[in-house]
Amino acid sequence: MSETLAIKNKDHFLAHFRNLDFSFDVDFSKTKREEAEKWVKKLDFPTSKTEYWKYTRVNKLIKGDYRMDFPEGEIDIDLSVPSKNCIVLVNGYFSKELSWFSAEKGVNFSSLSDAKENSSIIQKKFATLSKDQDEIFAAVNTAYHQDGAFLHLEKNAVASEPLYIIHISDSESALSNPRNLIIMEEGSEAKVVLKTISTQKGTSFTNMLTEVFVDRNANLEINKVQEEGEQDYQIACEQVEQKKDSHFKINTFTLNGALVRNNLNIDLLGEHTETWLNGLYLLQGKQHVDNHTHVFHREPNCVSHELYKGIMDDQSTGVFNGKVFVHREAQKTNAYQSNANMVLTDDATINSKPELEIYADDVQCSHGSTTGQLDEEALFYLRSRGMSEKSARAVLLNAFAADVVEHIGVESVKEEIEAFIDSHYQGIK
Amino acid sequence: MASEEELLEEITSSEYKYGFVTNIESDKAPKGLNEDIIRFISAKKNEPEWLLEYRLKAFRNWEKMEEPDWAHVNYPKPDFQDLHYYSAPKKKKELESLDEVDPELLETFEKLGISLDEQKRLTGVAVDAVIDSVSVKTTFKDKLAELGIIFCSFSEAVQEHPELVKKYLGTVVPPGDNFYAALNSAVFTDGSFCYIPKGVRCPMELSTYFRINEANTGQFERTLVIADESSYVSYLEGCTAPMRDENQLHAAVVELVALDNAEIKYSTIQNWYPGNKEGKGGIYNFVTKRGLCMENSKISWTQVETGSAVTWKYPSCVLKGDNSVGEFYSVAVTSKHQQADTGSKMIHLGKNTKSTIISKGISAMQANNSYRGLVHISKNATNSRNFTQCDSLLMGNNCGAHTFPYIEVKNKSSQVEHEATTSKIGEDQIFYCKQRGMDEETAINLIVNGYVKEVLNQLPMEFAVEAQKLLEISLEGSVG
Repeated sequence: MSETLAIKNKDHFLAHFRNLDFSFDVDFSKTKREEAEKWVKKLDFPTSKTEYWKYTRVNKLIKGDYRMDFPEGEIDIDLSVPSKNCIVLVNGYFSKELSWFSAEKGVNFSSLSDAKENSSIIQKKFATLSKDQDEIFAAVNTAYHQDGAFLHLEKNAVASEPLYIIHISDSESALSNPRNLIIMEEGSEAKVVLKTISTQKGTSFTNMLTEVFVDRNANLEINKVQEEGEQDYQIACEQVEQKKDSHFKINTFTLNGALVRNNLNIDLLGEHTETWLNGLYLLQGKQHVDNHTHVFHREPNCVSHELYKGIMDDQSTGVFNGKVFVHREAQKTNAYQSNANMVLTDDATINSKPELEIYADDVQCSHGSTTGQLDEEALFYLRSRGMSEKSARAVLLNAFAADVVEHIGVESVKEEIEAFIDSHYQGIK
Repeated sequence: MASEEELLEEITSSEYKYGFVTNIESDKAPKGLNEDIIRFISAKKNEPEWLLEYRLKAFRNWEKMEEPDWAHVNYPKPDFQDLHYYSAPKKKKELESLDEVDPELLETFEKLGISLDEQKRLTGVAVDAVIDSVSVKTTFKDKLAELGIIFCSFSEAVQEHPELVKKYLGTVVPPGDNFYAALNSAVFTDGSFCYIPKGVRCPMELSTYFRINEANTGQFERTLVIADESSYVSYLEGCTAPMRDENQLHAAVVELVALDNAEIKYSTIQNWYPGNKEGKGGIYNFVTKRGLCMENSKISWTQVETGSAVTWKYPSCVLKGDNSVGEFYSVAVTSKHQQADTGSKMIHLGKNTKSTIISKGISAMQANNSYRGLVHISKNATNSRNFTQCDSLLMGNNCGAHTFPYIEVKNKSSQVEHEATTSKIGEDQIFYCKQRGMDEETAINLIVNGYVKEVLNQLPMEFAVEAQKLLEISLEGSVG
């Protein structure tokens, strides 16, 4: 792509934000927006030459025509969320009508804009993790985010039920920049479900960014379910910071979307932390899903487990790029990374790039990546037991995915994913 | 370095002058690189017109390229205008026997432990020694000639077998392939050429020893090995270099062509000067090695890398023919301030193609060792298979070991496996050895030898012994 064309595309994309008015925003947030806007102007969109985006082209994303102004209207949707706490965002904006909370001691759950006005902790934390200076999509989100969810667990607070954050792309060609902030103070515990869905058939673009702080001894699990429409684009970034003795788990399920890119960056800042990163991507049609994960081991005695699995059908393309970085100080690190892929057709592609970058010697680090097909013998065995080929395949694909699904700590989400896999591969009940 | 405009002007103005600058009389080209220098090299070597064109084309490609910086290495970028691109030893008369070789050169060989006559007598290895760009001596040529095998210096091949050189040169590594390959294609001075005719199994290991002799001379070797249908050859390449304080650039290109049912085994031991304890000096080794496999053929790369300050090397196989096989076995040892970014590329294009990558990295002291590999399975390469294993061993807490594999699969019937581990030598292993009366250094040597055995087993016998000694020397003093 020529340079002038790149500039033209960038201008086209940024024009969407030209008339946005953020004068209502609080001062510290305005300052952050201004800083980020400078980076937006300075940075370029990734091209095929950008190593970090090697397998994913963003051209069609930035060339699209979007809208960001929406009349406040009601949408008719039954979310059937089995929880007492749910924040719903529609096209990037907070929807008061669809959201509901029940007060729980030490658990502050609200929209980001509410929190900006009422909470003092947000000033210290907001936009301190997002890599606005490196990633243009992060900078765009900081500069032009509309609203998002804010979750703050006070010291030793425990959320008794899972907390839902649901983003709905409700309008064709909606461009949303939802922004979430999760702060887990010392010893707190919570489970979060972060879901993106779509109620329209057109092409929307959701550029979501979530900052997560997990303080000492805190325990957080995020279940991320991406189920937008088959025309929709999504870039989702989670920036996580873990302090001493904390536990963090994130399960990413990519079930639909035309182009989905996940950037998951986890910084381990204290000793004895434990981290799990699991992912499952089930692709079909012409879907393109790109999972980038980055785990920084900066302190000794930390453990990270990574397991990503994918099934590529039709003409879909899956990308996995996982990086484990072990700093010189991070002795006694245990880091495991595993990526398994199944390619079901000759038109599907998988690009896998598991990376290790290690500067400490007393470590146990390993990674593995496999690409293959259903085991013919296993298929034969099941068929010899009277199963149709379809059911036999479904059973095996289910089993393949089960390793990841079993990590889900929220029962309702687990059931939902299992049901999805069953119907997706049309297996037996 | 001259500014870009100056350079551009120099080049554009020189294009009008047909021919080369005649005022260069010495055996050493002046410093710098431009079309005149290339014409000078080409004329000195009495090359045919098509080869000059090939060089100029590569040079024009090179000018448009930028030096790559994606590798995980740090080094001051060489000034390409501050190098001599051609130098020849004083006596360059064609030599018939060992007696005619300059005694001083022979002495250097003795010091390096490469005694030509001893090699000749004891091991039955034909040695084509290259000193600073011009071949001095070729042995066993007659014996090989009986079988129709051509094994000679590259410039000789250009003179005597131009049709073969023309047919295959640049078919595996095109002149515009990458920055250093383009540079090599433009200015290569000599190297080795090998052709095995149809159905011939080469009876001995063919071997070339390289060294870098004269200060300030970048070495640009060119190797072309062609194994015609149903033939077999095992080719050895080993390198040593004397102590030197200045960084030296080495950008070689090796092209292998294995036609239907042929097999090429290419083994390398590389132990160039890695720089002193502070990381000063040492060789820059930026090599492009690639093999092309036609139907049912096999190319196997084995390398033991212990030297060089900076290594940047990815021996690759293009598995074009159905049922072809590519293999890569590597031991890369980095110590002191050495940096290595090495690995392999396996490009599967044909059906039922198979590849294996076994890479063992050892990193000690302040060194950085990276594995970077690509396994690409194209849509038509059905039923292909790859197995990759890359292990890293860390010794000391100032070194680094990194793994950057790229895996691209585009069909449903292929299987690709990749696994990598990074760890240090187990304390229990050392304890066990010490308990049996070994000192720590011996214990480590024993464990390291066990660790790399899988790769060393692939080397021809004489090389394996040498490689094992080399590992011990390289890791000396890095324990504790």
